[in-house]
Amino acid sequence: MENQLNASTARTRPSLQPPVDIVEDGSALTLTADLPGVDRTDLSIGVDGRTLTIEAPLKLGEANALVSVYAEVRANLYRRVFELSGELDATAITAELKDGVLTLRIPKLERAKPRRIEVRAA
Amino acid sequence: MYSSMLHPSGDLFADISQLHAHLDGLFGPSPQGSSIRAVSRAAAFPTLNVGTWAEALEIYAFAPGIDPATVEVSVEKSLLTISGSRAVGANSGPDVTTYARERFAGPFRRVVALPEDADPTRVEATYANGVLKIVIPKRESSKPRQIQVNSAR
Repeated sequence: MENQLNASTARTRPSLQPPVDIVEDGSALTLTADLPGVDRTDLSIGVDGRTLTIEAPLKLGEANALVSVYAEVRANLYRRVFELSGELDATAITAELKDGVLTLRIPKLERAKPRRIEVRAA
Repeated sequence: MYSSMLHPSGDLFADISQLHAHLDGLFGPSPQGSSIRAVSRAAAFPTLNVGTWAEALEIYAFAPGIDPATVEVSVEKSLLTISGSRAVGANSGPDVTTYARERFAGPFRRVVALPEDADPTRVEATYANGVLKIVIPKRESSKPRQIQVNSAR
């Protein structure tokens, strides 16, 4: 119940779109995202079908009641959604978060070996 | 010319376009998501939030992925400057394709004008989870005080 509530509020709550770098090499797609203020334990990376969702609350851990004077970051939730393509192996994604930088490695599925298609005379 | 003297480059309130870009980022994410190979966005670095309370002014600089030892925080004539450089993984090669390069790379510099009641001699900075937190205590004389009312005799 609580999870459903969280999921629906997350969709309507204003969220920050973290900037990303995405590169592809022979074996995998690597996604790097800036998530400053996110603790590793709060980070949620979900795959539903081909949809990859990165979601995390921004926490500054302020103990004192701060009055905001100026704010460029005006939401406390990061959220970004990507569509994966079929040759990527969503079950083998690895994630690392260090100093507010998330690195996701999405390996490609073992490709079927290149085949020669024989053309036969009719 | 005159306005550039009032607002040194990187001044908090000078960069309107950046604020607009940020608002776009806040209200613009498409709910169905974009293709992982067709995304693009640009932003300033690091973004700043400033808050205050009775004892201090706190500046939060959102600077993920930097080595805190290479960041310079200095105060001169009540202007606080945060500067440094960020290198992002230069992943290149013959079989490497880049689909998005939105993350900031290169040297950065941001300047914050401190209010009069800030005490620039006791600035403290800490770096955690990619956020640089700078605390500038308020001067003793400017802290809220209770004034005792004595009865006249």
